[in-house]
This record gives sequence, C-alpha cells and structure tokens, in this order.
Amino acid sequence: MARVVVDVMLKPEILDPQGQAVQRALPRLGFEGIADVRQGKRFELDLEGPADEAALARIREIAGTFLANTVIEDFVVRVEDPAEAVSADNNAEEGAVR
Amino acid sequence: MTTRVGVVTFPGSLDDRDAGRAVKLAGGEPVALWHGDKDLHQVDAVILPGGFSYGDYLRCGAIARFSPVMETIIAGARDGLPVLGICNGFQVLCESHLLPGALTRNDHLHFVCRDQRLRVENAATAWTGDFAPGAEITVPLKNGEGGYVADEATLDELEAEGRVVFRYLDVNPNGSRRDIAGVTNAAGNVVGLMPHPEHAVEALTGPTTDGLPFFTSVLKKLVA
Repeated sequence: MARVVVDVMLKPEILDPQGQAVQRALPRLGFEGIADVRQGKRFELDLEGPADEAALARIREIAGTFLANTVIEDFVVRVEDPAEAVSADNNAEEGAVR
Repeated sequence: MTTRVGVVTFPGSLDDRDAGRAVKLAGGEPVALWHGDKDLHQVDAVILPGGFSYGDYLRCGAIARFSPVMETIIAGARDGLPVLGICNGFQVLCESHLLPGALTRNDHLHFVCRDQRLRVENAATAWTGDFAPGAEITVPLKNGEGGYVADEATLDELEAEGRVVFRYLDVNPNGSRRDIAGVTNAAGNVVGLMPHPEHAVEALTGPTTDGLPFFTSVLKKLVA
C-alpha cells in the first residue's frame, strides 16, 4: 500500500503567530539558536492502489481544493519512501523508550 | 406575506437561534435550514451563523463549505440571493470563495470577546441599506481566528471598489489587515463579517441595538 504525504504550510508572507509562540518558548526551555519556527500540517494518505501519476494528480486536486486553502497556504505532495516510514516508526519507539 | 430568511445549522453552530430571533425581531420569518439538506425551502435570503462548524476541523469553515446546503447557497449567491455570514459564517463564505481573502488565527493568539466599535463603510449592500454611510456602531465580537488576510492586490481592489463594508475602530482586535471587519462581493448581495450583529438586537441582552439594521436592511431590500 502506497502512502502519499501532503505537507501544508502557511505562505511565507502570512503571519504565523503559533510558530512565533513556539519559537519564543524555546529559550525558556534551554534551546538556543533557533531563529524562526513556522508551524504547518502533515496529512498521510494511504492509497488503495499504486501511487501512479493519475493518483498523484487526484491528490494534488484534493490538496488544492480541500487540505490547503491556497489563499493563505502552500502545499507539497510526495510519495513516502517505505524506508522513511520504517525509520520514523523506529524513532518513535526510541522516543517512547527514553 | 412575510419575508423568509433561512438560518443554516451546521453541526457545531452556536448562534443560529440568536440569528433567527434577530430576523423575527426585525419583522421577518426565520426558517431553519439544515446542513445536510440541499433544499432552501423557498427562503428569500440566507444567514450563515457563528459557531464552530464541524468542530473547526482542518480550517474554520473548510468542511462546512462542502456540505449539501452550501452547494445550493453558493449557486444561489451567484444568482443574487442575499447571504450574510457572521463570524464562522464569514469563514465559510471565504472558504467557499464567495468572498475574497481568508481568516487566520488572531495575531495575539488569544480568543477575544468584547463589545467592538465599527464603522459602516458601505451602506449600499443588501445587508447594510438601513445604515447611514459612515455610521459608527457597537456590537459584540468573539473569535479566535478572525484575522482578515488577503494579498495586497486584493486588498487594494476591495478598497477601490468600496467592498470593505466594516472597519474596526479604536483597536484592531485580531490583526486584520487594514482593520477590515467585513467585506462584500462585487454585487453586494453577499456580506461577511467577524462581529456579531445578531447579539445586539435588543436592550435586554445586547450592548446596543446597533445590529438590528442588518436584518431590517435585507427585509426592505427584498420587498423593494
């Protein structure tokens, strides 16, 4: 089963007060050197079939009409590399152990 | 025959009852419309009320925009049906592309709830005809995502065409570009604003009765 990831971010010119609040909290937590934080959304779409060009075109349509509001947001559509998914799961486990 | 004004209830709408009551106080007949029903039941105008339709999931108004009732409302609005979007209703109208721009999280991140002074910049829309041009009014404002944004070209176009209908006075409560509190489409039948006129229609419950002319305006417009 193929997984397609859609990342949605506010356009650079749109103020992101949530990202700013996160960035301002970092020094208090002892994390220095982060100049800017912008917060977005990640959608994981699991396809019933292959992630071929037809499926991706359909997903770009979903992203442009529904997942993102293109007045204020940009989006990127990509097919997730299976290896990436495995390593992400491993990282999550490590995080949980610690 | 009394004029029928539909008020849509989405899952998560809060102010549908108040909007219906405002219609009644203005002399119209409120008609409850349901998000899942495409039929507008022969109403002459529609109000999209405040609240948190579909829990504000994804983005405010983003899911409501695809509900069955909105299909009919979007088509009707393009043919001149008067539509007023209040707060969440304004967000739905922007998501539907019936109005330009978008509403984003308040720049200070706090939910704001206050009696807000506004200037009526355009008294020629279907929903503002009973105001004097330039009238200053006070109605409640309550939102977490009320910052109006659009690109500079769109903002310039709105200003040039007189489509900024309401502007915040005294303070800009949410970071809206150019203090914009409400806008209209080119035809003037679709109006959206973040403040809540339906909460200012009688002395007992509102800070003023400055909201009443919204509802009398559309009734007069429909009779004329």
